[in-house]
Amino acid sequence: MNFALSRPGRFIGALTADLKTIGYRLAAALVICVILTIASDAFLTANNLLNVLRQASLLFLLASGLTLVILTAGLDLSVGANIGLSACIAASVMKLSGSALLGAACGVGTGLCIGVANGLLVALMRMPPFIATYGMLWVVHGITFWYMAGTTIYGFPAAFRALGSGYFLGVPIPVYLMFVFLTLGAFFAQRTTYGQEIYAIGANRESARLSGVPIARRLILVYTVSGAMAGLASLVFLARMNSAEGDIGEAFTLPAIAAVLIGGTSLFGGVGTVSGTLVGALILTLVLNGMNLLTLDASWQPLVTGIIVILAVFLDTLTRKRAEARK
Amino acid sequence: MNEIAMDRPSRPVSAVLARVPGVAWILGLLLIGFSFFSRDFLTGPNLHNIGLQSVILLILALPQTMIIMTEGCDIAAGAVLTLASVMLAWVLVHDGSLPLALAAAMATGLIFGLANGTLVALLKMPPFVVTLGTMGVAQGLALIVTDGQSIVVNNDALQAVYGGNLGGVPLPLLIGVAVYALSHGLLYHTRFGTYVFALGGNAEALKLAGVRANAYLVAVYVLGGLMAGLAALILTARMSSGHPTAAIGMEFDAIAAVVVGGTSFEHGKGWLFGTLLGVVAVGVLRNGLNLLTIPSSAQVACIGLLVIVALFIDGLKGKK
Repeated sequence: MNFALSRPGRFIGALTADLKTIGYRLAAALVICVILTIASDAFLTANNLLNVLRQASLLFLLASGLTLVILTAGLDLSVGANIGLSACIAASVMKLSGSALLGAACGVGTGLCIGVANGLLVALMRMPPFIATYGMLWVVHGITFWYMAGTTIYGFPAAFRALGSGYFLGVPIPVYLMFVFLTLGAFFAQRTTYGQEIYAIGANRESARLSGVPIARRLILVYTVSGAMAGLASLVFLARMNSAEGDIGEAFTLPAIAAVLIGGTSLFGGVGTVSGTLVGALILTLVLNGMNLLTLDASWQPLVTGIIVILAVFLDTLTRKRAEARK
Repeated sequence: MNEIAMDRPSRPVSAVLARVPGVAWILGLLLIGFSFFSRDFLTGPNLHNIGLQSVILLILALPQTMIIMTEGCDIAAGAVLTLASVMLAWVLVHDGSLPLALAAAMATGLIFGLANGTLVALLKMPPFVVTLGTMGVAQGLALIVTDGQSIVVNNDALQAVYGGNLGGVPLPLLIGVAVYALSHGLLYHTRFGTYVFALGGNAEALKLAGVRANAYLVAVYVLGGLMAGLAALILTARMSSGHPTAAIGMEFDAIAAVVVGGTSFEHGKGWLFGTLLGVVAVGVLRNGLNLLTIPSSAQVACIGLLVIVALFIDGLKGKK
C-alpha cells in the first residue's frame, strides 16, 4: 500500500507505479497498430493517428471517472445519458448567455449533479449501483429529450470549439486534457488516502468499514467524480461536434465500460488503474478505427463493442476465479 | 401500519388495508388521477387500448420477474425483442410463412437466452454487464440485418393474429392471459418454480442438495429469450414492420413493472401477480401521460422516478 508521500516528484512516481501494471496491454495496442498498418495504407498517417488519439482522449475522460466507480465494485450506467444532458444544458446556456465559460460551467455542473444523485441513491439509500444508475440513465435521458424537444443547438464561439477541435503544437487539445487527467487520476488513486480508501472499499467493504473508512462519503465522491468527468467529456464532444441534440450521448455507455474493462479494472472491485483505462480506451478506439478504415459499416460498432465487453468480463471472471483458487 | 393492524385484530378493515401491496395503491392513485384529469381516460376504447399495449410488456416482464428473482437481470430483453421482430419481418417478406417467421423469432430469442444463461450461470459472469454486452450484440445485429431501415410487412396472417378475436376478446390479450397462466403454473406449481425461488434465496443450499442449479438458471434466461421471440409477433404486427430500434429500451419498462410490482433484487423475493399489476401501472401511466399530451421522452423519466420511488419504499420496508 502506498499512502501519501510528501516529497516532490510524487506525480511521476504515481504515474510509473500505475504504468507498470499495464505493460502487456500496451503491447496488445502495439500489435493492433502493426496489424492495422499492414491491413490499411490509411492507418499509419499523422492525420489518422492524431484522430485516434483525439477519439481515445474523449473516451478516456469519460472512462477515467467510471474507473473509480468500478474500483469500488460499483457501476455507473448513466454516463452516456449524462453526456447527452450535460452537453445540451451547456449548449443552451452558451446560446442564451453568450458566455462560453458560463456554459461550460453549467455543463460540468449538470454532470456533477447527476453524479451526486447517483451517489446518494447508492450510498444512502443502499440501492444496488447498477439498478440505481440504470434508473438514472432513463430519467436523465427522458429529461434531455423533453428539454430539447427534437431541436438542435449549433454554432458555438471559436474559443470554445478549440477545446474539441483545436491544436496546440500540432497535437489536438483533448489529448493534453487526457494527459492532465491521467496524471491527476493516477495520483489521486495511488498516492492519496482517498484513493487507497477507494481501493479498500472495492477489495473488501466490510474490512474497509471496520478500519474506519467513511464508506458512504467515499461512494458519493466517486459517483460525483464520474458524473463531473462525464460533464467535462460532454464539453469536449460538444466542442468537436459544434452541435447538440437530445440523443448524442447514447452511444457512449458501452464503449466507456469496455475501455475500463479492457484496461484491466475488475468489475468485482479493488483491482485496476486509471492508466490501464487509458490503454483500454486506446485499444478500443484502435479497433473501431480499424473497422472504419477497412470500410466496415458503422452499424457494426455496437456489435463489436458488445462482444469486446463480454470477452473482457469473461477474462475478468477467469482471473478472479484463478486468484480464488490460489488462496 | 402493520403494527397497528396487528395490535387490533378486532378491526379487520385496517388489517386488510395494511395488507394491500404498494403497487395496488400506486395503480389506484394513477387510475383516479388520470380519470380526474382526462375525460378520455376511463372509456371503453381507451381501456381496451391500454390492455392491448400492455400485452408486449407483460410477456417481457413475466420472465424478467423470474430472472430478477435469481438475483440476475436481463437488460438485453428490449434489444433481443427488436432483433426477433426484425428477423420475423425479414422471414415474412422473403418467405411469407407466419409459422416459419415465428420460429425464426423464437430461435433468435432462444439463442440469446442460451448465451445469456450460459455466460451468467456457467461462467459466473455478472448478469448486468453480460446482458449489457449481449444487448450491444443484438442491437448491432438488428442494425446490420436491416441496414438501419424498416422492413415493412404486409401479411394477412400476421394482421389476423393481431386484429382477430375469440368470443369478443382480442387475440393478443388472450396470448397475454395464456402466458400469464403458463408463468404462474411454472413458478408456483412445478419443481422449476421452486428452484427459481431457491436460486435467489440460497443457490448454495440448492447445489448442496444435489440440484443442477446451473441448468435451471440457464433455463430461466432461455425462457426470457423465448418470450421475447413471442412478443416480437405482437410487436411486428402492431407496427406492420420490423424496425431496428423498435423496442430498444423496452426492457426498462419491463424491469420497472417488475420492481414496482414488489419483486426484489435480493433474496429471491418475487410475486408474479405483483408484476401483472406493475405492468398495468406502467401501461396506465404511459397511456394517461399520452392523453395529457406529455411526450414519450418525459414519460420515460416518469417511469424512472416511479422505479426509484418503488425501490426506496422497498428499501424502507427492508430496514424494518
